[in-house]
Amino acid sequence: MNRLRHVAPPVIVGVVFFALWEGLVKALEIREFLLPPPSSIWTALIEQWGGVEGGTLGTVALRVAGRNTAGIAISGLVIGVLAGAWLALIITRFRRFGESLTPFAIAINATPIIALAPIFNAWFGITDVRSNQAVVIAVVFFPVFINTAKGLSQAHPNQIELMRSYGASEFTILRRVQIPTALPFFVTSLKIAAPFSVIAAIVAEYFGGPQSRLGPVITQNASFARYDVAWAAIVVASGIGLGLFALALAAEYLLMPWRRRS
Amino acid sequence: MTGDAAVRVRSVEKTFNLGKVGEVAAIRSVDLDVAPGEFVSLIGPSGCGKSTLLRLIADLIEPSSGTIEVFGKPAAQARLDQDYGMAFQRSGLFDWRKIAANIELPLELMGWTKEKRRQRSAEMLRLVKLDEFADHYPQQLSGGMQQRVAIARALSFKPQLLLMDEPFGALDEMTREHMQSELISIKTELDTTVVFVTHSIAEAAFMSDRVVVLSPRPGEIHEIIDVDLGTRVPDTREDPEFFKKATEIRESLRSVKAAE
Repeated sequence: MNRLRHVAPPVIVGVVFFALWEGLVKALEIREFLLPPPSSIWTALIEQWGGVEGGTLGTVALRVAGRNTAGIAISGLVIGVLAGAWLALIITRFRRFGESLTPFAIAINATPIIALAPIFNAWFGITDVRSNQAVVIAVVFFPVFINTAKGLSQAHPNQIELMRSYGASEFTILRRVQIPTALPFFVTSLKIAAPFSVIAAIVAEYFGGPQSRLGPVITQNASFARYDVAWAAIVVASGIGLGLFALALAAEYLLMPWRRRS
Repeated sequence: MTGDAAVRVRSVEKTFNLGKVGEVAAIRSVDLDVAPGEFVSLIGPSGCGKSTLLRLIADLIEPSSGTIEVFGKPAAQARLDQDYGMAFQRSGLFDWRKIAANIELPLELMGWTKEKRRQRSAEMLRLVKLDEFADHYPQQLSGGMQQRVAIARALSFKPQLLLMDEPFGALDEMTREHMQSELISIKTELDTTVVFVTHSIAEAAFMSDRVVVLSPRPGEIHEIIDVDLGTRVPDTREDPEFFKKATEIRESLRSVKAAE
């Protein structure tokens, strides 16, 4: 009963949203290239999921494109998260080093990293998967690094003093106090980074690479006026983003049992 | 003569940022002996260095000059030997550890086996009357309950000395009085020596064997007041002798401020 009360409102909002979309597009006779109705996007998704036999350019199976893009997003996310968390630990352990590095990291973070995509293409080769992965890693790295480093410095002074009163070493204090204190910050950065990774992957793909990825599938179908397919590819991309966000929520639940609502 | 005192402070001075910009003399020429089993309160105007003195005894900071001994050893050695337990105003419980695990933390760091830790935390939880909360997280407990857990943790390895920095400062008056009585009964049961920082005159008068009144910064001992109210019971707070002592402490505090 209680669960129903939580689930029902967003479901109702969703249903109303799609019904209005469908109804308005039909009623106002909005043309397909401006905004296709949900029903034709859905049909395109089903049709193009496995690809069309003897398909021409721009008819890569959405299943294949989705898998390739998800691979880039997930591998980049994992590497970026590990690198960000690792560097945050290093600068916490070696504070001098960290103090000199952090403003630099914040400055880099303020630059739109997506703009580097063509450069990475030149570095790794335009067909090399690493070109797109590098963009994802760079985009994911900074929020994780900055949030985690901040979290590691948030332990209450009394708690540190308490540990020192037990004769605990710096490493023990890091492991027993600073890392658990940083976990909520780290998990927040995961929730930011997870959807970012999909955005970064697709934008990087716009700049070049093999055709069998969601980015090119969207641009090419749009240029061939197959907007329903382009929209279907966007649906797949948002599905991947939602999936990764759900994983971040699962990580939150598993890593922080003390934060669960009883 | 070193064996007698639980805490022996000799001509201790503490200046922060010595020789740098923002140099602050926090403590000046303090001599103090605390006898085993004694309850000594440090009271004084805010910023007088009472917390600094407590941290010096705990070896969380080092004196600029002078010596501090805890049970006849240098304070640094006493810290490494875990001769004292500590509790702060903010309970300092670890949110991510259940209540029992919070109490067991010092024992864990000392390498106790899991079985012995469980046994001891159960015993301590009985002592502070929180047996049924072993598997709760700190956030699920009230402020007063959290503070009891912090005391149980400070006492978990049965140190002979307890250093407390305004441990009840954040509690409401009723809870505070209740906690004061509890601390006294626990202290009596375990025969612990206590050095207690407070800014409450009533608290100092009710709990202490001696009250050390510090002057404003740089902190010096202005006066030491003996308090002999016998066994403390809640009614002690209504005893005319209690009021006399509280008045004496208040007047001493006023005279330091006037001398400023």
